[in-house]
Amino acid sequence: MSFEAFAADWPLVPALAFQAINGFASASTLFLVAAGLSIIFGVTRIVNMAHGSFYMLGLYVAVTLAPLVPGPLGYWGAVLAAALVMGLLGALVEITVLRRIYRAPELYQLLATFALLLVINDAALYFWGPEDILGPRAPGLTGSVALLGRRLPEYDILLALIGPIVLTVLHIVLTRTRFGRLIRAATQDREMVAVLGINEALLFTAVFALGAAIAGFGGALQMAREPANLLIDLGVLGDAFVVVVVGGMGSIRGAYLAAVLVAQVKALCTALGIIEIAGISFNMSKLTLVAEFLVMAVVLILRPHGLFGRPIPPAHHRGSVEAPLRPLTTTGKFSFIVIILGLAALPFLGAAFSYAPVLALDVLIAALFAASLHFLMGPGGLASFGHAASFGLGAYGTAFAATSLGLDTITAFAFGIAVAALGAALLGSVAVRLEGVYFAMLTLAFAQIVWSVVYQWEDVTGGSNGLFGLWPDPPFDSRTGLYLAALAVTVAGVMLLRYLAFSPFGYGLRAARDSAMRAEASGIPVARLRWLAFIVAGTLGGAAGGLFAFAKGSISPEAISVGRSIDGLVMVLLGGVQSLAGPLLGAGTLTVLQDTVMRETDYWRALLGGLILLVVFAFPGGIAGGLALLARRGAGR
Amino acid sequence: MSVLAVEALSKSYGGVQALDGVSFSVSAGELLALIGPNGAGKSTCFNIVNGQIRADSGRVRLNGRDVTGASPRRMALEGVGRSFQVAQVFGSMTVRENVQTALLAARHRLLGFLRPAATLLRAEAEALLEQTRMAARADEPAAALAYGDVKRLELAMALATAPRLLLMDEPTAGMGVEERLALMALVRDLARTNGLAVLFTEHSMDVVFGHADRVIVLARGRLIADGTPQQVRADPKVADIYLGRRGGAE
Repeated sequence: MSFEAFAADWPLVPALAFQAINGFASASTLFLVAAGLSIIFGVTRIVNMAHGSFYMLGLYVAVTLAPLVPGPLGYWGAVLAAALVMGLLGALVEITVLRRIYRAPELYQLLATFALLLVINDAALYFWGPEDILGPRAPGLTGSVALLGRRLPEYDILLALIGPIVLTVLHIVLTRTRFGRLIRAATQDREMVAVLGINEALLFTAVFALGAAIAGFGGALQMAREPANLLIDLGVLGDAFVVVVVGGMGSIRGAYLAAVLVAQVKALCTALGIIEIAGISFNMSKLTLVAEFLVMAVVLILRPHGLFGRPIPPAHHRGSVEAPLRPLTTTGKFSFIVIILGLAALPFLGAAFSYAPVLALDVLIAALFAASLHFLMGPGGLASFGHAASFGLGAYGTAFAATSLGLDTITAFAFGIAVAALGAALLGSVAVRLEGVYFAMLTLAFAQIVWSVVYQWEDVTGGSNGLFGLWPDPPFDSRTGLYLAALAVTVAGVMLLRYLAFSPFGYGLRAARDSAMRAEASGIPVARLRWLAFIVAGTLGGAAGGLFAFAKGSISPEAISVGRSIDGLVMVLLGGVQSLAGPLLGAGTLTVLQDTVMRETDYWRALLGGLILLVVFAFPGGIAGGLALLARRGAGR
Repeated sequence: MSVLAVEALSKSYGGVQALDGVSFSVSAGELLALIGPNGAGKSTCFNIVNGQIRADSGRVRLNGRDVTGASPRRMALEGVGRSFQVAQVFGSMTVRENVQTALLAARHRLLGFLRPAATLLRAEAEALLEQTRMAARADEPAAALAYGDVKRLELAMALATAPRLLLMDEPTAGMGVEERLALMALVRDLARTNGLAVLFTEHSMDVVFGHADRVIVLARGRLIADGTPQQVRADPKVADIYLGRRGGAE
């Protein structure tokens, strides 16, 4: 039988083989980013959110350098130079920023490195501009190889090989060299390494530089496949998190295996194309992201610490223990009522204040969003880096119900909230199995997946354009009507959260945060309480999203990107995570800043990054913490 | 009938036999001390009983019911109270709230939303604080307590499940001599009045021989002695282990 005849009888086989090679090429790229992330975490216990930046900058540096010298020397010279430059940059970043935060609470470490990502992104915007930059193709590898009747690019075959090569080299370095043994020793027992008199500072810098260089190398290798652009830092970070969580933090083998697993499952979905099951046709190629989520969920259910991961001892420095929560005093209740009345009066102040209700509506939505996130972070002790997912589910659910289903305003809003609640119940059932940085990474990955599904599912979500033409029915069609409705929803949401914090449920949640061991020994159902908290936070985050959709009259993927999650975290920290009023103060402050200062500049990311670093380094208690300190001083203590 | 009955527990890690056919029991009102040199298998034994580790073979019975392999949470609901070597309490809550939370958990009322928790089971929480002599500190944040008070709070929380068995891992670690004896006297009182069985591990011999009703000794995963403090003190095998004639010294 000729090959053509075989291919005609079995059309799937060549497609599968073709996609499998492709999958190995993608796996190599994922691995190069995840490996560095994993090694750095193993030694320093820091999840480096800025790791995607090294990847992105590696690509920018390579496309800039490669044309300077023609031929293979220029291309491969640029790849190596990019790796080297990223190694040096990594060392610089470690010395100037990371050294100050090794003893900070995890959440602050995550946010500080995310701030770096923002600053680096704007630096790239400054140096290279907003346009994509195409790199040269790899000299001598521009052709393709015929395989099973298809043509495979030679460069993809090379990439597929590079992953295992780097894995082998890393393995040799880790097992055969003194540096590698130190890395492994530090990963297993950090205190011991310090006790043995090893120069810890030097080791940390070296490890960080190594990780950054590998990521830069991975980015530079992409030169022939995709143009340098400003979106890939976050894009690759989400995928790398999935890989590291699946493979197990700190395990290099695990990272490669997970990269292959994730890339192959995606490749398989693409290869299958449209399939029919029981008469219903599924376009499998659109399910790649869902598949990624399923792989992760299955692995985490079977092995909560990943394929090759081991349980990580809990972080010892959780920051200061917060003071017991107290119900509002009479003065507090009175101020709360005065503030609500003041907000309710805003639309009636006349033309001189015409902008005030517009800004106040943004503040209200942000306040509900931040308060719902705070419920999870504060009383729940679980810092979600993906709260944008709830916001997005609520916003898209509402917009879809109002436009495509033609439901009335209130029903559409309820529909959106229900979608967010269901989403939270589903994602939460996996996420609450984890804690600390694992939880942070997993929620960030979830949010990336929700974003991607929204972006790809054009029939329902309108793809990159989003859904628009969303007009609320009377009496919410006027600016005042909508504003007052949003005020009512936000006040109700904030009061509910406050009420829950003082309920038995809230007590149990705080107890589990303070000491999970004691909580278990007291018979507290820790996982179930956390799951419920996840659903509560997701539901109210979804309500904020629904309000947002009506307030803007539209919703697009941009509004539910990871930036939304980070805004929420910054609001909570800026206001003060240890106070129930903190997130409200933070939401007000950040929203006003965004609508005034940040709107005036192209470099708002760097400004936001600077603000985060300022809070982390100088005001860890946030605004509420500062106010409480002032009040105590005023009281003469 | 004994409250806790441990039957032929065995556990090995790789090639190391951490526990080898250990059996013992504790009755209501009795304080049983589990001692032995480092590496004798005390922690393994203790953590199997409280549900943290799974045994390779053997049974754990509580009031005659087989609870082998139950999770720490289920053990708590089955009536096992615990205190940790480094006391664990809920630092961000007041002393009273700590006990209220433990009571709410024991009564399966943590999923209640209708009333603020501060008003629930308040009198019962205060009664437990009274028993452990912590009533005067009820409104203080747990994080601000002196360590001896944290230990007594932990004891109050352990009692919240109305346990039949109290497991105490080195209950007096990190305490001064006076505090140590006072705490053990309190535990003894509680055991007598509530008919509690108490199993504790301990390093300080003054606590063991001053307060235990009975002592069991583990060495290299085996039970080598079981008797009153006087009998155990006089046992030559125990002296061997502790005085190091066979190299098993601490």
